[in-house]
Amino acid sequence: MANPLLLFSDYTFQTVALGSLLMGVLSGILGSFAVLRKQSLLGDGVSHAALPGVVFAFMLTGTKNTEILLLGALGTGLIATALMMNIVKHSRVKFDAALAVVMSVFFGLGLVLFTYVQKSPNANQAGLKRFIYGQAAAMLERDVYFMQICAVVLLFIVILFFKEFKLLTFDSDFAKSIGMPIGWMNAGLSLLIVLAIIIGLQTVGAILMSAMLIAPAAAARQWSSKLWQMITLAAVFGGLSGVLGTWVSSSFAQMPTGPAIVVCVSVITIISLLFAPKRGLLSRLTRQHNQKRKLEAERG
Amino acid sequence: MSAGIEIQIIAVLTAVACALPGVFLVLRKMSMMSDAITHTILLGIVLGFFVTQDLSSPVLLLGAALIGVITVWLTELTAKTRLVSEDSAIGLIFPLLFSVAIILISRYAGSVHLDTDSVLLGELAFAPFERMVVLGIDIGAKGMYTGGVILLLNILFIGIFFKELKLVTFDPILSAVIGFSPAVFHYSLMGMVSLTTVGAFEAVGSVLVVAFMIAPPATAYLLTDDLKKMIGLTAGFAAVSAIVGYQLAVYLDVSIAGSMAVTTGIIFMLVFFLAPKRGFFADIVKKKKQKEYFAENAFLLQIDSGVNAMERAAVTSKREKKIMADLRQKNWIVGEEKYALTAEGIQQVESIKKEWFPGFQNQEN
Amino acid sequence: MENAVSVNRLTVSYGDKPVLWDVNMEIPKGKLAAVIGPNGAGKSTLLKAVLGLIPKVSGDVQFFGEKEIPKNTIGYVPQSESVDWDFPATVSDVVLMGRYGHLGLIKRPRKLDKEIAAHAIELVGMTEYANRQIKELSGGQQQRVFLARALAQQADIYFMDEPFKGVDVQTERAIVQILKNLKEEGKTVIVVHHDLQTVKDYFDWVTLLNVRLVANGEAEKVFDSKNVNQTYNTHILLEGVG
Repeated sequence: MANPLLLFSDYTFQTVALGSLLMGVLSGILGSFAVLRKQSLLGDGVSHAALPGVVFAFMLTGTKNTEILLLGALGTGLIATALMMNIVKHSRVKFDAALAVVMSVFFGLGLVLFTYVQKSPNANQAGLKRFIYGQAAAMLERDVYFMQICAVVLLFIVILFFKEFKLLTFDSDFAKSIGMPIGWMNAGLSLLIVLAIIIGLQTVGAILMSAMLIAPAAAARQWSSKLWQMITLAAVFGGLSGVLGTWVSSSFAQMPTGPAIVVCVSVITIISLLFAPKRGLLSRLTRQHNQKRKLEAERG
Repeated sequence: MSAGIEIQIIAVLTAVACALPGVFLVLRKMSMMSDAITHTILLGIVLGFFVTQDLSSPVLLLGAALIGVITVWLTELTAKTRLVSEDSAIGLIFPLLFSVAIILISRYAGSVHLDTDSVLLGELAFAPFERMVVLGIDIGAKGMYTGGVILLLNILFIGIFFKELKLVTFDPILSAVIGFSPAVFHYSLMGMVSLTTVGAFEAVGSVLVVAFMIAPPATAYLLTDDLKKMIGLTAGFAAVSAIVGYQLAVYLDVSIAGSMAVTTGIIFMLVFFLAPKRGFFADIVKKKKQKEYFAENAFLLQIDSGVNAMERAAVTSKREKKIMADLRQKNWIVGEEKYALTAEGIQQVESIKKEWFPGFQNQEN
Repeated sequence: MENAVSVNRLTVSYGDKPVLWDVNMEIPKGKLAAVIGPNGAGKSTLLKAVLGLIPKVSGDVQFFGEKEIPKNTIGYVPQSESVDWDFPATVSDVVLMGRYGHLGLIKRPRKLDKEIAAHAIELVGMTEYANRQIKELSGGQQQRVFLARALAQQADIYFMDEPFKGVDVQTERAIVQILKNLKEEGKTVIVVHHDLQTVKDYFDWVTLLNVRLVANGEAEKVFDSKNVNQTYNTHILLEGVG
């Protein structure tokens, strides 16, 4: 390869990179809310539960249009979420076990349906399998176009209701006391998070999607103590990892995109945890060290 | 022995082996750790292969088990910084290690004949092709022996350390005070989970190991409080899921591992809905009964205070009528338009006052 | 005397047991009122039920004689441990949240709202910490922030759930002064309180509660040994209690 940066003028690359960028930005923004609402691992549950929905949508319609398949994913994703909530609410089984049961069983159901479909003559498995591992390179121009629309709509809603989502996440009792419709707000925000997960599926896949939800938010949190700054940074980190991961995977042979993106975002997170000013581990250690020295100096 | 029988034996052994350590994961609220470990062992296998260049070397399994424990350690280390929450830490560490494994496998696909699919999703149907041959004699499918060994290890581990595991699970502080280090048992348990995952993934695939590890114990948890009974039930549910799952898979001609996972889920849902004391319907009935109990006694107290007889001379709503009928049937009240307490009713009022307002007893008279 | 809050036959249950039983009480306008009772007496539940945050079994609540909760007339200080203080927000962010009720959905805070918030921060003596991350505050400072948020609500009735919990003596004095000033302005303040010794110094109206209402009225009249002992089911004699 003469100049790896030349890739950026390549049209196919532009399409895929834009898709990954959008995925990263969306999961950074909605992931911030998920993490702050202590729903980090919900992403893992929803993304695994999306699989049977994808295959089911294909079985019903016979189409491989991404929008239709994602609609199926949304359906089973929401069913799984409702199941988890009800198991926790009506029995002694705790959230962690409910989540593990629901996600693994739904994933198993996905495999069952998948092997069932494989026997039908018009099934090309590659179209469905990309939802397990993610396959950014397989994204079509119209997929990316669809993602753009989703991204604009989601972004618009988050900006519009930013103040409400912020208060709801920080102090829902207070929100209710000033008459905010917190039932609707809660449901709306959860739906947005689930949507962001579903949209990201075809880029990084079900197994790695939870990382895209958590890592940009966790990294951004270390640098900022204001919500809008954190969310903006999370969007930047997510988007950057998306593009960077796509670039790495296009520049090197046999480098899968999803894992490349996840490694990028993980590196950003590790750097943030270690070196972020104030909160970072390094600055914490220096502070402790200085304090100790000061104490010793005072003692004489 | 037919392939079908062999597959079912492998499945039962593996399922039970997975479910046993799962009991403690569920009780210790660490179910998601199994999700993390089942993914990261892939990295251990790949790294082990780079060292030995041999896919059948036991070093691979050791490497995988070691990575499992390292995953737990890294996750806890990250959570300890308090910069991210505990669940976020799980979701940060395992995808990274898993991604590295996938990248290594893809990059060196030429030299590593590792199929990500088979590690993740498993292919039980092929298990009978791998034979165990001793001194030139075929003594059955290899998977039966692997499954048997990990099951035996788990039974030994839980059998020998039952007392300690129980104590560490239910009372870690007392356990530390009398000298059983919770940390030691924690990491031993995580080591067992890793070893079990490594032994099981070939048969059922690592993602579905989670289903076997968590669903049967969670199901048993809905039925009993007794740890020994819970372990027994867990093993039973796991074995039944394996066999029923296999039959379903054959009947529908679909993924065996997937069908088994679905079966564990169906059994869980059945028990979740129908469990006699802790199921969904039992919970609804219990809450309804509590509400009724509250409403009946609330009416009694109101009648006792004389308010109700006047204010509610005409009981109109259907629910109130039913409550009144119940109270009359219990022979606590008499009267149609105006109500009065019977002797039993007065007794009930006294006992409910003690129950609801314990602080007021001394002053009442 | 007009009642700011009147509670009529309020009952709240948890499962098969009442948390609040048939509570009738009123708090006249302009009072600084304490809600007192042992742990599990239903003090927080009373506040939450009155504010409509949790469902009631029966009973109704009126504010200034109206059944509907009038918009922006209620200020609320929840227990400080009910929120995650590691949330990415500064002191001014949190206090500005007190203006959200006046803004309605979607609308952004205006310059006026920011001025009101800044003034509230000044009132609680936190101006130099305005841009501080809330995680870095002490327990007392966190309580001051919550109080400032309520002040920014510019309400007529304030409900405060244990605002003195975990605060230092200096902060307690400062908060009491602010509450007294609110009362001077004709506002009504209702506080869940723990320390029996300070009741008479701080408050002029007292509600004694232990699932059932024990007494409700002028502090001078109802805060006596008999009522306190009945509330706490003890036989102690309180210093300074009649």
